Amino acid sequence: MEKVSTRPQTAPAAAPLRDRLAKLRDSDLWYSFRAHPSAIFAVVLLAFVAITAFLAPLITPQNPYDLAALELWNSEIPPIWDAEGQWPYLLGTDTQGRDILSAILYGSRISLIIGFASVLLALSVGLALGLVAGYFGGWIDNVIMRVGDVLLSMPFILIAILITAIASASLPTALKDVLAAPILIFAIAVPSWVQYARTVRASAMVEARKEYVQAARLIRVRAWRIMLHHILPNCMTPIMVAATLNFGLAILSEATLSFLGVGMPPDQPSLGTLIRIGNQYLFSGLWWIVVFPSIQLCLIVLSVNMIGDWLRDALNPKLR
Amino acid sequence: MIAFLIKRAANAAFVMLAVALLAFVIFRFFGDPVEMMVNEQATQADRIELRERLGLNDGLITQYTRFVTNAVQGDFGISYRNQQDVMVLIKERFPATFELVLVATVLSLLIGIPLGVATAVYRNSRLANALQLGSIVGVSLPSFVVGILLILGFSVTLGWLPGFGRGETVDIGWWSTGFLTPSGRAALILPSISLSTFQVTLVMRLVRAEMLETLRADYIKFARARGVPTARVQWRHALRNCLMPVITLTGMQIGNLIAFALVTETVFQWPGMGMLFIQAVTFVDIPVMAAYLMIVSFIFVALNTIVDITYAWVDPRLRDDTARAGGANG
Amino acid sequence: MQMRQLLLATAAIAGLAGAAQAENILKWGANRDIGSLDPYSYGDSFTINVLNHVYEGLVRYNKDLKIEPALAESWEILDDQVTWRFKLRQGVTFHNGNPFTADDVVASLTRVSDEASPLKGNLPAYVSSEAVDDYTVDITLNGTYPLLLNDLTNIHIFDKEWMTEHDALKPTDIGAGVEGYATYNANGTGPFIVESRQPDAKTVFVKNANWWDTPQHNLDGFELLPVNSAATRVAALLSGEISFTNDAPVQDLPRLAAAPNVSVLEGVDLRTVMIGFPFRDKLSTGGDNPFTDVKVREALYKAIDLDLIHKKVMRGKSRIAGATVAPPIPGYAPELDELPGYDPEAAKAMLAEAGVPEGLSFEFSCISDGLVNEEQFCQAIASMWSRVGLAPKLDVAPRAVQSPKRTNGKTDVYILGWATLPMLDAYSPLLQIFHTKEGNAGVFNWGGWSFPELDKLIDAAGSELDLDKRLALETEALGIVKKEHIMLPLHQQPMAWAVTDEVTDMPLFPDNKPRLWFAKVNPGS
Repeated sequence: MEKVSTRPQTAPAAAPLRDRLAKLRDSDLWYSFRAHPSAIFAVVLLAFVAITAFLAPLITPQNPYDLAALELWNSEIPPIWDAEGQWPYLLGTDTQGRDILSAILYGSRISLIIGFASVLLALSVGLALGLVAGYFGGWIDNVIMRVGDVLLSMPFILIAILITAIASASLPTALKDVLAAPILIFAIAVPSWVQYARTVRASAMVEARKEYVQAARLIRVRAWRIMLHHILPNCMTPIMVAATLNFGLAILSEATLSFLGVGMPPDQPSLGTLIRIGNQYLFSGLWWIVVFPSIQLCLIVLSVNMIGDWLRDALNPKLR
Repeated sequence: MIAFLIKRAANAAFVMLAVALLAFVIFRFFGDPVEMMVNEQATQADRIELRERLGLNDGLITQYTRFVTNAVQGDFGISYRNQQDVMVLIKERFPATFELVLVATVLSLLIGIPLGVATAVYRNSRLANALQLGSIVGVSLPSFVVGILLILGFSVTLGWLPGFGRGETVDIGWWSTGFLTPSGRAALILPSISLSTFQVTLVMRLVRAEMLETLRADYIKFARARGVPTARVQWRHALRNCLMPVITLTGMQIGNLIAFALVTETVFQWPGMGMLFIQAVTFVDIPVMAAYLMIVSFIFVALNTIVDITYAWVDPRLRDDTARAGGANG
Repeated sequence: MQMRQLLLATAAIAGLAGAAQAENILKWGANRDIGSLDPYSYGDSFTINVLNHVYEGLVRYNKDLKIEPALAESWEILDDQVTWRFKLRQGVTFHNGNPFTADDVVASLTRVSDEASPLKGNLPAYVSSEAVDDYTVDITLNGTYPLLLNDLTNIHIFDKEWMTEHDALKPTDIGAGVEGYATYNANGTGPFIVESRQPDAKTVFVKNANWWDTPQHNLDGFELLPVNSAATRVAALLSGEISFTNDAPVQDLPRLAAAPNVSVLEGVDLRTVMIGFPFRDKLSTGGDNPFTDVKVREALYKAIDLDLIHKKVMRGKSRIAGATVAPPIPGYAPELDELPGYDPEAAKAMLAEAGVPEGLSFEFSCISDGLVNEEQFCQAIASMWSRVGLAPKLDVAPRAVQSPKRTNGKTDVYILGWATLPMLDAYSPLLQIFHTKEGNAGVFNWGGWSFPELDKLIDAAGSELDLDKRLALETEALGIVKKEHIMLPLHQQPMAWAVTDEVTDMPLFPDNKPRLWFAKVNPGS
């Protein structure tokens, strides 16, 4: 239901990097960014989370995936500020002796990768199918959009659960671990490409009738060139806003699936898995096992959503 | 109009057939039904005989037709785990989910609409900014985290409200309701808050956007210029104009809420359809999974179709399908 | 008008519900639901335990777990040594009012020993039965057999007329495409009657006013409320939404004990937790199977720090075990309980000597809704094994998913807990787990091993009527199990129940089975 505009835009020429940077500095977007402290805060936060997550192997005291590195003697240590806290377990350890901070950083990495990859997958599939459907029309359009209708007629979360559940029921154990992340990416991407496809299709339908496209067709410019160079740039604004917001949604979906026990397995915990495991100890006084991963998850999704929100407002001329 | 009606109905039927195909594929090919049904001592001959009796040797189209025919009559087979008619299981659970979703929806409207109006009317005030930020926090909090925190706070620490189950229920015919007992009503509070968090922010943001749009419209400016009191303009004229999209959104979201209730139901051990489904998933109880998929999709499709038809009835311009193609975006 | 009638009706119903609350109702929060209302449809101790409140056997365990008469008043072994004659109790009625007679016993025994019955292994020596008169039954066995009474404690008696009327004479077979009537209806002779059932949500039992025995409980009924999540169960207990749980999470015991309205009942369960091995040629990962070598099994045992698991995972509440049966079980001997001694270096050396490749990958199967803290100690063991150079792949899933894989021999290393129920004798694991898989024997021999010398001892014990001789044979057999490291015992698991102050009497049984016909609550709760 969100209001998005397809602002007419000239096709970008291949400008040198310096010019581009200068352009960015002078742009409305940059101005709007500097004027919104919440957007700055969100970007800084997300960057911090992403950097620490991807540097996790270098900065954490422990590799939480390495079973041999876990020492049961060090289990259930409270956070460092507690009287019983111990160095180097800043946020304490879980019941297996896994350092919570390390688990959170590695878990964030998994959550970010799965979220990003699923958005990327949905985006590329959605853009490709949307362009094809809108540009060519006819039966191709019909088939693609009908499949989309069917997918949209089932609740998002349900499709994702079904895909992961069926995959894990039919895969042998040895493959399950390896494929857990790809399956999740696929499961989250499947129901979400339709949104992109619909947006692009609408724009492609309009553009395909315009004179310059007709002219390009006449001089036999290839179809994919027309789509890539003329149609796609025109609908990138709403697509980018949707993709940003969907990134937050994808991270949430991954966490939800893992929390329900159909996502990442306990020996490769994502944030959702950590919360699921920690939830068992909610009443045992081991609050840190569930609270810290929850905070991290909320912070990630919050910062992504704040960026998405700001982008939408900044790019919507009506609200300016 | 009739032509449009038929077209929409045909469209819905097509979608349901496709969902049924998906459910059928899951039912037929994942987890061999024969292996799931016989006990381990069964001989090969028993298995072959059962395969024949279940009609698994027939052509796939015949099998699919039979699956759809049975499904239309509400026959989804027997649960592998509970050894009970799947439809009976779902029928027993439906009231629990429905009441939860109903309360969550009402909550989302009661909280979301005033907040949305406030943020639009007092735009750029400190309150509105705080509410705006709050709404982003609202969509960013995973509903299971909200549930866990609510249980920890109100059920364990304070001991005010129950943190699991439905409390006492009263049967009216086959419908079991929790509305009529104090413990049933108390049990509804935390789960419905947890389920409605996301929906509240959705309603609030929609109302805000619509209000901002409407407040700029000429007739509002005109009304103001004529000296109609501001509050009256805002609450009577402007709000009334944004209610239609809110009702549409609410209608369309009910399907999503029913599906999302499965997370809430898992956290609160709420004995609804969602928990039935999640348990079916862990136990690979395929008939229950297939039936749940079809029933929830049916509710979803039916609601969407009704909303579309209502809209077309209100605004004849929308009867042309191509006019909608550009707008559908979320 | 109609609306008013509806309101009145609703008010009346609500009034009834209010009245029900004033009764003595115990709310039992269990960690899972029973599989069915038919005790013969699942070979599962918990389902049988709960349904024992509704159905009874010919004999039963008393408060001290000694066998006493129940539906049978007396019994004798006839001269042929293989026929047992039972005199039945007179004047007993089923919940539907039908009288209990010898025909019911014969029909029930026929049903439980049916080819398709998952419970036929619980009555291994049974051949046939016959009604001599209305209150006398002869049961014929396949040889001299000392443990029939132990077996019969858990063979529930159904009403023949009721089964005939509802086409339930055969055990439920979902393969037949019909629902089993007995799966969601029950009609026994026991102290409680099933009033209503909603799978996974609530099963309501009410007092049987016409029970043949004098009740020792003061309940008007109880509700079985499955609460899967341990955290929720604790919260529900603290807030009084349930008044009893037979599975209080060990990690939450201090908190529960500190709560003013909750008391914790602790003990050590008879259930011994063990690790089993595959004896097939290939592992599920496709590689050669090294576990057929006793040296390898021993090395894996030495690699496990039992003490650490006891202290950390089991919070010091378990009993570290070296024997495959618990001390109170007849057949146990202290010398069987010797521990392996934790020595990862020695384990490494032994593995190298046996030619086990570094980084050997195998599946390690655990059940998520299984034993006490199973997921945690499985992770701990996997971590210990990976430290001696192995690469176990943890496969954690619910019981319903793992069980078929195990019975079909599709798992490698697995965890099994065995409490010797309902027999309470070492013969139970010897016959059902350690014996070669054939006929009624070795039903739980999932690894597929075969030790002829061991089988001979077990068979001899199974037909020895002299108690001391039989126990000596059983002890000797357990000695072979230990020497061969067929399974690696870890511990007897802790047993923790918790009740709110509404419950005044709740005897704890070492077989971890609640028997609510001994329970008392404060009037009105």
